[in-house]
Amino acid sequence: MKQKLLDIADLYIELPKGADRQYAIQKVNLELKQGETLCVVGESGSGKSLTARAIMGLLPQPHVRVSNGEIIFNSEDITKVSYERLRELRGSEISMIFQEPMTALNPVMSIGSQIDEIFRYHVDMSKADRQKRAVELLDDVNLPNPEQIMRAYPHELSGGQRQRAMIAMALALKPQILIADEPTTALDVTTQAQILKLIKDMQKVYNTGVLFITHDFGVVADIADRVMVMQHGIVVESGPVKQVLNNPKHPYTKALISAVPSLSPRKAKTISKEKVLEVQNVCKTFGGGRGLFGFGRPSRQVEALKDVTLDLYNGETLGVVGESGSGKSTLARCIIRLMDTDSGAITIEGTQINMLKRKAMRAWRNKIQMVFQDPFASLNPRIKVGDIIAQGPITQGINREEAIKRARELISIVGLDDKSFDRYPHEFSGGQRQRIGIARSLALKPEILIADEPVSALDVSIQSQILDLLDDIREQMKLSMIFITHDLRVAAQVCDRMAVMQYGEVVEIGKTKDIFAKPQHPYTIDLLSAVPGKDWKSSASKKLTKTKTKSKS
Amino acid sequence: MRDFWNRYKRNRSAVFGLVVIFLVILMAATADLLYAFDPFRLAGKPLSSPGTNGFLLGSDSLGRDVAAGIVHGAKTSLLIGLVATLVAVFIGILFGALAGYYGGQIDNILMRVTEVFQTIPSFIFAILLVAILKPSIYSVVIAISVVSWPGVARLVRGEFLSLKNREFVQACHTLGMSDLRIMLREILPNCLSPIIVIGSLMIATAILIESGLSFLGLGDPNIMSWGFQIGAGRTMLRSAWWVCTFPGVAILITVLAINLVGEGLNDALNPRLRERN
Amino acid sequence: MTRSSKIFKFVLKRLLQGIPIILAIVIINFFLLNLADGDAVDVLAGEAGSATPEYMAELRAKFGLDQPLPVQLMVYLKNVVMLDLGYSFRHDMPVSELIVDRFWPTALLMVSTIILAVGFGILLGLLAAMRLNTWKDAVITVFALITYATPLFWVGLMMIVVFSLNLGWFPTSGMENVAAFYEGWDRVKDIAVHLVLPTITLSLFYLALYTRMMRASMLEQYGQDYVITARAKGLTERRITFVHVLRNALLPVVTMAGVQVGALIGGSVIVESVFAWPGLGMLAFESLFARDLNLLLGIFLLSSALVIVVNLIVDIIYSLLDPRIEVS
Repeated sequence: MKQKLLDIADLYIELPKGADRQYAIQKVNLELKQGETLCVVGESGSGKSLTARAIMGLLPQPHVRVSNGEIIFNSEDITKVSYERLRELRGSEISMIFQEPMTALNPVMSIGSQIDEIFRYHVDMSKADRQKRAVELLDDVNLPNPEQIMRAYPHELSGGQRQRAMIAMALALKPQILIADEPTTALDVTTQAQILKLIKDMQKVYNTGVLFITHDFGVVADIADRVMVMQHGIVVESGPVKQVLNNPKHPYTKALISAVPSLSPRKAKTISKEKVLEVQNVCKTFGGGRGLFGFGRPSRQVEALKDVTLDLYNGETLGVVGESGSGKSTLARCIIRLMDTDSGAITIEGTQINMLKRKAMRAWRNKIQMVFQDPFASLNPRIKVGDIIAQGPITQGINREEAIKRARELISIVGLDDKSFDRYPHEFSGGQRQRIGIARSLALKPEILIADEPVSALDVSIQSQILDLLDDIREQMKLSMIFITHDLRVAAQVCDRMAVMQYGEVVEIGKTKDIFAKPQHPYTIDLLSAVPGKDWKSSASKKLTKTKTKSKS
Repeated sequence: MRDFWNRYKRNRSAVFGLVVIFLVILMAATADLLYAFDPFRLAGKPLSSPGTNGFLLGSDSLGRDVAAGIVHGAKTSLLIGLVATLVAVFIGILFGALAGYYGGQIDNILMRVTEVFQTIPSFIFAILLVAILKPSIYSVVIAISVVSWPGVARLVRGEFLSLKNREFVQACHTLGMSDLRIMLREILPNCLSPIIVIGSLMIATAILIESGLSFLGLGDPNIMSWGFQIGAGRTMLRSAWWVCTFPGVAILITVLAINLVGEGLNDALNPRLRERN
Repeated sequence: MTRSSKIFKFVLKRLLQGIPIILAIVIINFFLLNLADGDAVDVLAGEAGSATPEYMAELRAKFGLDQPLPVQLMVYLKNVVMLDLGYSFRHDMPVSELIVDRFWPTALLMVSTIILAVGFGILLGLLAAMRLNTWKDAVITVFALITYATPLFWVGLMMIVVFSLNLGWFPTSGMENVAAFYEGWDRVKDIAVHLVLPTITLSLFYLALYTRMMRASMLEQYGQDYVITARAKGLTERRITFVHVLRNALLPVVTMAGVQVGALIGGSVIVESVFAWPGLGMLAFESLFARDLNLLLGIFLLSSALVIVVNLIVDIIYSLLDPRIEVS
């Protein structure tokens, strides 16, 4: 029988006065057994991270504290043990890995010394033994050249390597519990798949109980034994993974799961033969510049785009899919002339726009517009929403009254209250801001819309609302769209055709359905097989609805 | 605005600083009423100690009234501090904005120039400038401005550098907005807070530099200032401590108050930083 | 590439970057010299009392002052490269010799000030951050605020009033008691006693500055994610503070110390003139009144060069503390 490791009963965490709610979490009960993975799922602000911190005794004291309940770890109540005892437990019995391995590691200490201190503060080992053990650990987590990694500093490793080093550190003393706080959120899908596999493998070896915090139901489907769903600090549903995922009871769980886009592509529109945008053999290289007066060696060069060729047909949505560094955002910025291309041609209506001078380009701004990724960075905090939207037409020489009228119309089209016109961006939520950004891009009545990861900064339930909105608008305004994304689920639901990019090259392009059914390029195959929860096909899973949603996010 | 005041009000020492500055300004504004005579004039018996011979704060070796000097000196300090800072902030914004926005070679050249001015020991440079231009209120303002703008330039450059890649600025490019409009209307308003904070602290530094220059005898010879008073009194330190002491206290209080206000502004304009501590 | 060779390249690069800066300062120097009313010949003629225009023209030709400006600039540059900074007619000595004579007292004052300001600043800031919101923190903060607002020369004068005139603990001025003819350790002790007040005066402002910076920097670093990781690893608070946080917190303070060197040299003009400390600052003060521009510009040039050298040292220290130095 598997031994019970952790038993949290009736836990309340109190927030300081003046916070938006009194308790970060209320009445939380959970259990964790040896060798088991419990996933805590919730959107931002659900209290899932604070629950994890409480288990480590790492709440930001004294403002945030456990006000009621107990956390029993092997018959000891962690909320009551002495500081010394807590310190003993941390890192040796219970350890933790974090979302952002770059900031979670000390930037000025080598990986080796950061692993070494765990041994120094918990067990009595000679320096040579500690070194040997650290190298073994790095080897265990499949890091190449462990000796070299020992001497490396965090900034010299890739994101995936850093997270591996973090895991090595966390598992150094074979803890009974591993708490993983969104450990793969900052990583690319293929790296994510590797890290998830690593955690699973290590769990088998050490029989560790894993408490895994995530917002991604795909990840849940891949690794969880049991699931616990939290909303506003309250556990709304918990149970075995199959039961919760396939047969959710609570409306919130249902909503969350149905918001996860399905991996089976939706039906593509019949594609018109008319090309609205042609990208031919476009290249772009970064770096290579020299210092002042041309002295010094040229800096390191990165080929961001290598000979990229693709066409956009009238009325379609073309997905550009790839991981970070694939060049997909650079491509978007070259098309909309935020960056200059080195060579190649980008053509609209027979005019090669990538060679136009700034002034001449201004007239073409009406044709092509962009929706940005980060709703918090894409709106000027000092300018009122109405002016943000009206700015475009005014810049293009339309008179102010006309522009303001159009802005008001657009505010209602994107599903916002008319009062929004005179408010500042900070008064809106992420989803609402993204609606404002969409309204701004539509104000010039463009024919082509480039959407650069428009939903990746949003919670999953809001994601689907924004995707619905984009889909509606595309129909209504007869737009052709280039949709940049790293998320294959989103791509499956949005794109008629898609282009897969890797290291600045388009490795595969075709109908979305064909690519999902029969990927040709090895990288596409890798990418598809790395999608979390790919084997989980819930009946509840989301297909884009055709009903017009005007719900406010 | 009200929001801002509420946040500012929470910092009690900042409110205290504001009150003190207000009093100093009041003192400077009414100088000609309080002591309606030339502060350089012989007003009574030399080296009278405070409270004697009708001197509130005593008199110096030439019989000049120390209190009158302090009241008239307040005008000099505030005026020079303010004007020099405004000039320096203007130059700094110009350099910083162009360097940060355009980057590349323009940035390279402008920042090299800034670096040269930052390397030169500023006080010695100020001394040199005043000595060569001949001491006057103008040369003092020029000297202080010339040595204080590089800090602003670096700050503004940094802000522009990070803001120009923000998506809202990129969105303006996609709308076809002109560079000048983007710089002035989109980016600059977003870096006003740190500029206001550094500007307020620069006024304090400018007052200190001015007092140092006039202490060394490089002030405008026709205008009373605190530094000059202290410089004139230093030889009689043994016999007449008050001549040096009181103007120094005036500088201390004024500069302290400005610094407190600067910190208050910082807290009120960057609420997030405050919460972190 | 190994770390030491990285650091070596970094230092070499910074050294090369210093050359154009020095060049620019020399050119500024030259133009300041030309901006001033009258040239060296006017000064010399003034000294001599009367001089015929013919004699003055002859002198100008001799000094090359009748040449066009660019030629004069080239001559000036050549002279500076040869370490010829001109002639001080007041002191009747080459400027470079005068400066070398007065360099060591200033260097002594600088070094003791930097040690006091940076060392104690870091210590006090650390203490304030660790004892956050206790009375010690409050005392340090108030102390910093006040010294931050006090003019240097006034502090010096008040120090003299209190510690020299009233208490009689330290001498009022000078670097040593010349009349006593001390030798060996007695002389060292004598100089040390004279050094106390100027050092404290000059360092007080920077002490306050570094204290505040160190405190703020420590607090900022305490809020970083890696501190949570360190706690989650079960390290002691002592280790977290002194190994993890301290090293990261030092970085901005070290940078600032480099930036402040120029200001420190400027401050030494005031402090040296208040305490009659026979260094470069005192020399600058004297030349100011003698209108000895050649000398003043020479001091200006040397102090700028000094800033560059100290900055280089700071860069090396920084590169040892932070592995993320950029070589590209």
